Amino acid sequence: MIELTLNGKPVRLDVTPETPLLWAIREQTGLTGTKFGCGIGACGACTVHIDGVALRACVVPAGGVAGRSVTTIEGLASPAHLHAIQAAWIEHQVPQCGYCQSGMIMAVAALLAGNPTPSDADIDASITNICRCGTYERIRRAIHSLAAKHTEGAQHG
Amino acid sequence: MGKWTRRVFIGAGGLVGGGLLLGVGAVALAPNRLRIMPARSDAEPRLTTWIRITQANEVIAVIPHCEMGQGALTGVAMMLAEELDADWSRVRIEEAPAEDSYANGYMLRGFATEAGLAVPSWLERAVDYGSYRVADLAGLQITGGSSSTRATGQFGMRVAGATAKAMLLEAAARRFSVPVNELAAHDSQIVHAASGVSATYGELASDAATLSIPEHPALKTRDQYKLVGTPRPRHDIPSKVDGTASYGIDVKLPEMLYAAIAAAPIPGGKLLAVDAAPAKALAGVREVVSLDDAVAVIADGYWQAAQALRALTPEFSDPGFATATSEQIFAAHVAALDGADERAEPPTGSGAITAEYRVPYLAHATMEPMCATARFVGGRCEVWAGTQDPLNARRTAAAALDIDAEDVVMHNLQLGGGFGRRLPGAFDYIEQAVRIAQATSPRPVKLIWSREEDMAHDYYRPAVLARMHSVVDTEGLPRSWASHFTGAPFLDALAATPIYSIEAPDIRVEAAPVHLRTGSWRSVASSQHGFFMESFVDELAHAARRNPLEYRSALLRDKPRHLATLQRAAAMAGWDTPPPAGRARGIAIVEAFGTICAQVAEVGLDAAGTIRVYRVDAAVDCGLVVNPDQALAQVQGAIIFGLSAALLQEITVRDGAVVQRSFPDYDVIRLATAPRLNVEFLRSDAPMGGLGEPGVPPIAPAVANAVFALTGQRLRSLPLRLA
Repeated sequence: MIELTLNGKPVRLDVTPETPLLWAIREQTGLTGTKFGCGIGACGACTVHIDGVALRACVVPAGGVAGRSVTTIEGLASPAHLHAIQAAWIEHQVPQCGYCQSGMIMAVAALLAGNPTPSDADIDASITNICRCGTYERIRRAIHSLAAKHTEGAQHG
Repeated sequence: MGKWTRRVFIGAGGLVGGGLLLGVGAVALAPNRLRIMPARSDAEPRLTTWIRITQANEVIAVIPHCEMGQGALTGVAMMLAEELDADWSRVRIEEAPAEDSYANGYMLRGFATEAGLAVPSWLERAVDYGSYRVADLAGLQITGGSSSTRATGQFGMRVAGATAKAMLLEAAARRFSVPVNELAAHDSQIVHAASGVSATYGELASDAATLSIPEHPALKTRDQYKLVGTPRPRHDIPSKVDGTASYGIDVKLPEMLYAAIAAAPIPGGKLLAVDAAPAKALAGVREVVSLDDAVAVIADGYWQAAQALRALTPEFSDPGFATATSEQIFAAHVAALDGADERAEPPTGSGAITAEYRVPYLAHATMEPMCATARFVGGRCEVWAGTQDPLNARRTAAAALDIDAEDVVMHNLQLGGGFGRRLPGAFDYIEQAVRIAQATSPRPVKLIWSREEDMAHDYYRPAVLARMHSVVDTEGLPRSWASHFTGAPFLDALAATPIYSIEAPDIRVEAAPVHLRTGSWRSVASSQHGFFMESFVDELAHAARRNPLEYRSALLRDKPRHLATLQRAAAMAGWDTPPPAGRARGIAIVEAFGTICAQVAEVGLDAAGTIRVYRVDAAVDCGLVVNPDQALAQVQGAIIFGLSAALLQEITVRDGAVVQRSFPDYDVIRLATAPRLNVEFLRSDAPMGGLGEPGVPPIAPAVANAVFALTGQRLRSLPLRLA
């Protein structure tokens, strides 16, 4: 039994420690927003935050997150409001099939938390998730729109 | 792919069986399925099978297509709402259940044209070639062929909306005792301006449902559109940003078990033997199930099943391909063309130009691997999966279980990518899931393919070898054009026919071994032949020492739509201005699925000498654009999809099996390698074309042509790799 904090709440996962966190979350907690894409950490569809760091849950053993705080796409928004990234994703109509977008949004959230105004080079270097539908143009625009809002907020704040 | 003929009748009536798809004049479209359901006091009055109008004044569009990111449901509903003059904020969208009454196959008969063109190639697998009967089409509920908007939207939803509006107007006229022509419909209500009375559609719906169906409801002309042509957010997007969208892989059922599977690595192989003991010894493992050509492990969790599967060493039969390699397969293609060339007249004369091209097998590599969940109890089966044709998937499940289709309930969920992989003819994962569910009965089981299983058991885009020949005149313009290639007889001919004004192009196809299972891959035959044709035209232009844009323009002088599209893309890209230092541009234009798309790629080499595409400018003439931002997204995505194939992707065969395993060896364009995209749509009164696919074919030749301009190397095979 592995105890951790998932989306702000304590949970217990009844899996062996080597079970990838991806499958533990999907099958034990009922949260299926975190997606299986490759199982080898290559595509990023399963990206979650572990203590604020974006990691690929298909290659993180569940035993490794005992006592730690995990956030999935379901935990990104507050109950009242979408996260700014989610709102930007709707405004820019980013998703197509949408299967990769949970992981994409989590990866972008971690990037912007540490670097609210990333350059194109920063984006290229840190967001390596695969989107088979090819939504990259919109992802980039949405990130830049968030950065612009941050800059605007800083100037007026 | 042919032109759509507009012969949809309004009226009651079941689907027509039989008929000849190939027979000129013998094709009559079935009546569409508009019909009145009797008003019931306890239920919403149902005006047609496609739309419902509730007493709460909501319009519900029931759309016989799946959502795989293409946004067609939103666009199709917009076309309904436009003709109905519905309040868009009160329109809800539902995906039709997998029931016969929502079959959309009859719409596809519009592909039968005066040109005698038969089955569109992406439908190849769904049709009985023995008879060419289109009866089979009546059982389709398909999303493919870039057809949803231009077929269901254009010929179904618009008519449905106009019919409903006419009936609502008639109902209002009777209620208010005024002539119909004094009434106006807008924003889901009908108003009599002179007296000031009004009623909502919801208030009139029950009355309208008792009226007879108008035979020829008036459709709007494009200049009357208010909603269509304006950008509207897609209805499916909000659930895709918070994790709540439910895909095939996400279904949760009580008592559900999980299955991992390994099918024969060599196509056609059968399972000979497997020792289940190593898997059964592992925790959580319930069962090892032997199928005809696969072995599956059932466990309490997917990870347990996948781990236990690795512990097995199944023995599969050799169907006779155990030593096959990609090199052998292409050698067989070369031999097929050589043999035919000996019988044919080779091009002669001083202006003869020839070139040989080849493209590899490609996998779809949808982000969501193949998966399906099934529960088999008491001779009945329920299936949950994301497919591009749930009605056909239902029949596939029934056939696999040897039960009636009526005893199968098919729940179609969101697709984590389709691109042709989830079309009928490629439902192996459905068959497997229901067979495994027989073994786990009464418990339901979710089958999930590993990425490696998905990569190695696709229905691949066929590998093709093509020889292009032309004899040019003194100005370098082609006097003849021949395209001689391997492939499926007949089906690829249209995609191989050049758009240019060249008399009597000689299009010949030779059968060659395919080895792997093949299927439809986004843009189908145009993905290969677009590359061949547009590379070859570029070669002709350079041989004539003419600017590739000017050369193509000369060949398109009689094709004003094509010419305008080509020149728009060139203007967007600044074709007449020098590219940035170290870069070059290439241009290509392809017509597919009734849509013309021209693209200019700006290409350079990165520090490692690898081909990089920095910018793509695309111009599109698809006729009417229904939802501009959705249309834009489709072309953007198509360019990236095609670019991944052009630069990175190749499925190869060794020892009879597919070599590639996952994304590291079947890579995909990512943010760092994605070019900046500029896409514009021409204002066009042309018939509607499709949009899901036509953006794919031009990118590979545009990039190859830019690589030639940059390096002088003419790359004639994909993926593009510099020598």
